[in-house]
Order: sequence, then structure tokens, then C-alpha cells
Amino acid sequence: MEQITTQSLNSSGDHSSRRSVLKWAAMAAASAAVFGVDVPGLRLTEAFAQGGAVDLGGGDVGVLNYAYALEQLEAAFYTQVVATPYQGMSGYERSVLHDIRDHEVAHRAFFAKALGRRRIPNLKPNFSAINFASRQSVLSTASTFEDLGVAAYNGGGAAIRNPAYLAAAGSIVSVEARHAAILRDLIDPLSSSFAGDVDFSGLDVAKPPSQVLAAAAPFVATPISATQLP
Amino acid sequence: MTQSSMTNEIAAAAPTILDGIDPDLATHLGSKREIFRNVATKLGVLATTPVILAAASSEAFAQGLPRQVTDILNFALTLEYLEDEFYRTALSSNFIPERYYEVFNTISRHESEHVSTLKGALGGAAVAKPRFDFTARGKYPDIFRNFRTFALVSQTLEETGVAAYKGQAPKLTGGGQLLTTALRIHSVEARHAAEVRRIRGARPWTGAFDKPMSKAQVLAAASPFIAG
Repeated sequence: MEQITTQSLNSSGDHSSRRSVLKWAAMAAASAAVFGVDVPGLRLTEAFAQGGAVDLGGGDVGVLNYAYALEQLEAAFYTQVVATPYQGMSGYERSVLHDIRDHEVAHRAFFAKALGRRRIPNLKPNFSAINFASRQSVLSTASTFEDLGVAAYNGGGAAIRNPAYLAAAGSIVSVEARHAAILRDLIDPLSSSFAGDVDFSGLDVAKPPSQVLAAAAPFVATPISATQLP
Repeated sequence: MTQSSMTNEIAAAAPTILDGIDPDLATHLGSKREIFRNVATKLGVLATTPVILAAASSEAFAQGLPRQVTDILNFALTLEYLEDEFYRTALSSNFIPERYYEVFNTISRHESEHVSTLKGALGGAAVAKPRFDFTARGKYPDIFRNFRTFALVSQTLEETGVAAYKGQAPKLTGGGQLLTTALRIHSVEARHAAEVRRIRGARPWTGAFDKPMSKAQVLAAASPFIAG
């Protein structure tokens, strides 16, 4: 695993986007395979041990599962948004939401592959509070999810121990930040809103898993526990 | 795990890890075990592998930060100086259409704050601001008269910033608050990049995964704007 770590440290950024991403994915998958030398299925069993809740696990696996959970939520949300467009969706809005759907589905697939057998099961979303026929409901939920995703990656990065995973998270969080900016701009065009809640040091929001999961909980039917995350 | 047992574990693992990073460094590390341990103990929250290695390799400190970390922060500071002066000059040049003014004023404020934040982290180790040439040696002669030219360069600078932080962040793995600060700047730059692209009528993203740039790639992109 250490070899994998240092190789990625040396080579990140020296290839085309596609090759880099594929390389990260391959590396993450290789690392997951290393993690997975214990009894197959054991982690999945443990995942259900917390009174029916899905536990994300600890260490880098826990952080990756945390990201995987959020990407599952986002992918499910935008899949629904695209399947049942709200009234009056403009061509520009449609193209933005289609792109974001594609990105979130790719992020979900990335983590599923990277985690391999250590991944949490599929979560069941609960979107009952969202009116998918309403532009306002969809866009405000979308921008909330994107800001939350950015804050989660920003706050979770410090818990990652493998630089290859941090590189992968970095390649995803900036795309989430782009989504957040554009969704905010759709709601409040050409104002300072795109920037989100940047503080007086010019820093974006960072939240710990406890706060992020509490904010996400109303949208996830499956209970999630993160007892081993900071 | 206690501080010293963690330190010992890192020290024991170091030669293997170093094989992948820097062959010269690995050769020399054997004689530097003591330095390595002392550094690891001093660093506290920074005491995880990549940063420790940096410390062992340089033995240079500023405000208790290892040399590789100050190099990364100064590299970031140089880019922020560039962006800060770029937007402040633009905003005082009276050519930005009124409907875009709030966006660029917001971006400008962030870049000034990033300069302050990084200078605060670096203290006496902060590099001085270089002199800039925003025409890029004549390539953009109307940079502060023509909004199209300005917006194009703005996008270039923001994308360079996003990719630069992304490229350096893995080197701060385990860097605690310092890493978090870098990540929190990184996502602000990404918001800027998306908004500027949107104003230019371009797609706000290029795909599901943004790619990093190495330090050399960033310097190549930024150097036309640096006069000395």
C-alpha cells in the first residue's frame, strides 16, 4: 500500500485527465484489493451491526464510504430530476442538470469500484420533502446538496491517510464546487451568491462528518452511523 | 497510539516509502534517523508520513513548518498575489460591464483574503510579491480595456489556481489544519472558475473529474505574467 501511495504522489498531474482518473481509479481499486484480504463479506456484515444502521467504517475506508454515501444521494437525486423535469426547465438548465447527473453517477461508480467489497450497501433515498415539479424546490435542494458535498470533502480531507485518495477526492470536490456555483447562479444570477458562504479569510465551508450526515439524514431512509470517523 | 510509537513506526517504514519518492533521499536517510525522529516529535499534528519526509529532507523551518510545506505555501501565495493584483487592477480600470461587476468584485475580495491568509500562515517565510505583466509580454495588449480579453485571462488564472492547489494537496496529506485551509481555498477557486466560464458562455466544467497540474505545469502557465 505504501508503494501505491508514493507512486501516485510522484506521478499525479503528469498525464491527461482521462488517464489520470483511470490511474487513480485503478490505484484505488488496487488499494481496496489490498484492504480486502480479510474474510470476504466480513465488512458488509459489520456494516449492519449497528442496530440496522449502515456503519461507514473507519480509516480511509470509512472516509471513502462517507463520500460514497453522499455521491449515492446526489446521483439518485439528479437521476430523478432528469427523469421528471420541473415545469419550465430552460434548455440551459436542462443541460446543466444533465451534466451534473452524469458527474454524480460517475463519482458514485468511482467510489463503488475503489471500495470494492468494503463498500457500504446501496442506500435508500427519501425525497418525500422535495417537489420535483417545482423549479424552486429542485434548485434549492440541488444547491444545498452541492454546498454540503463541498463542505464534506473540505472537512473530510484531513482524515485521509493515503495521498492517492486525497488526490481523487480533490479531483471530485472542485467539480462539486463548480456545480454549487452554477446552481446558486441559476437561483440568483450574477450576484455574489455563486461563491457560497466564504468566510472573511476567503475560505469555503468545511464540515465534519457528524454535521454533514445530520444535514443529509432527512433525505436518506437508510440510517447511517459514522462511529469510527472523526 | 502514543506519539513516540507512531514516530518509530513512521521511521521504520520510511526507507520503503522513500524508494518511491526520491532515490537520493532514500540513500541518505539511514544517517538521518535521529533528525527524522526529532522532526516528527516537533511537528505534532503535521506528524504524518509525506510531511515528515519533507521535513527530514530539508531540515529548514519557518514558524515550525518544514521547508517543503513553506515551499508549497509560497507557491500558492505567488499565484494569489497574481490573481489579487489582476482583479484589483481590472476593477479600477473602468471597463468591466456593470452586470458583471459584483461577480468580479467578489472574486477580487477572495483573492485579497487568500493573500492575507497565506501570508499569515507563512509569517516571516512569506515570499515578496513579484512584479507582474498582465499583457503576458504583449500577448494581451488590451487586457484592462477589453472585457473579452480580461475574462479569458481570468478563466485561465482561475483554472490554473484550481489545478495548482489540487496538484499540491496530496503532498499535504495528514497536514491537519494546513491541508484543510488549502482545500477550502481550492474549492473557492473552483467556484470562481465555474462562474467566469459561465459569464464567458462556456461550459462551467470539463467533466466529472478535474485534473491537477504539477508545479512545473503551473509555473509554465503563470510565468508569462511574471515580470520578475
